[in-house]
Amino acid sequence: MVVKVQVTSVIQKAVDGQREFDAEGTTVAELIENINSRYPDFRSQIADENGVLHRFVNIYLNDEDIRYLSGKDTTVSSGDTVSFLPALAGGC
Amino acid sequence: MRVASVLDLVGNTPLVEISQLSPNPNVRIFAKLEGQNPTGSLKDRVAKFMIEAAEADGSLKPGQTILEPSSGNTGIALALVASIRGYQLKVVIPDAVSRERIELLEAFGAEIIYSPGNLGTNGSVAMAKQVAAEHRDWFMPFQYENEHNPRAHYETTAPEIIHDLPDVDAFVAGLGTGGTLTGVGRRLKEHNPAVRIIAAAPHPGDMVQGLRSLEEGYIPPVFDETVLDGRIVIDSETSFKVTRDLTRKAGIFSGISAGASVRAAQRAAERMGSGKIVTLLADGGWKYLSTGLWTRSYQDVIEDVGEKLWW
Repeated sequence: MVVKVQVTSVIQKAVDGQREFDAEGTTVAELIENINSRYPDFRSQIADENGVLHRFVNIYLNDEDIRYLSGKDTTVSSGDTVSFLPALAGGC
Repeated sequence: MRVASVLDLVGNTPLVEISQLSPNPNVRIFAKLEGQNPTGSLKDRVAKFMIEAAEADGSLKPGQTILEPSSGNTGIALALVASIRGYQLKVVIPDAVSRERIELLEAFGAEIIYSPGNLGTNGSVAMAKQVAAEHRDWFMPFQYENEHNPRAHYETTAPEIIHDLPDVDAFVAGLGTGGTLTGVGRRLKEHNPAVRIIAAAPHPGDMVQGLRSLEEGYIPPVFDETVLDGRIVIDSETSFKVTRDLTRKAGIFSGISAGASVRAAQRAAERMGSGKIVTLLADGGWKYLSTGLWTRSYQDVIEDVGEKLWW
């Protein structure tokens, strides 16, 4: 499954400065593995040494937060977009 | 209707059916028009609750100066309450907000302290904390940590929804401090544990350039994420488009986060077999007129004001 990956500006340095690239995987976890094998600094940007995602990173499958789908086991399909975005307070 | 003070006009906002915007004929969508509050946003509820609570517990004394970080709506609401109750208000606001917000704050007598626009709301929170540390005699309600923020919605917004639509199946609102989702979500789940609570989150886009790492992210302490059943991220162009749809197809002139809230309701409706959704429209469109949103192409709007804060 080839999916489009979009990353927020602070992660771009770990992926050769790209904002968007293609990667393969059938689940979000597999996708992260595959991205990390190409860009070894990637995982440390989004997770701790035990692989637990940072609290301040939100991963979206298309427009839905994967926390409320099946987390890292969420399945992805060809043509999907997976985004790694920061958690920020909105304006209020 | 005769009232003693404009503060008595806060809340009791209308719930208007906008099912013409539902993508699913079996799902009805209802919009709660928070723009009908005195200063034109839901934050009138929060400002009134936070100030009344601080007066009651003695943390705010007559004549004291109030300080608050806000991208607009909370500041304007606090300015109204402060002017009626005789407090001086200082608002820390990112310098990338629309001109109308600044003018409204000044109209109600607030003093403005600018924080760097590229640091967004996180930047104004940091600056307000610094200013508060330098002026310990000032009172900072601090909506991001103040339990009376979600409490305002638990005590007022949610009961109004339950009164007007007891068989509500899902509630959708924009995610700012998380106060609305937390307060309304808790109360609706007490009413019916099966109610789904869905956040519409703004796509951070390029507004995060001041962020050095994800560890600098911020989740407001008042936001109880366990109350959520879903979070949908909405980009600016989609928010603009649906905001314009609201005006043209439902006659509702709303702010831009309302477009995102309705879009998230539409996404929820696509997933539901049938049911009723309440989507909260946080403010009216008046503060956004200078963007030209209703008359220009979305691309022109984004190019011109892409770096402004919408929420």
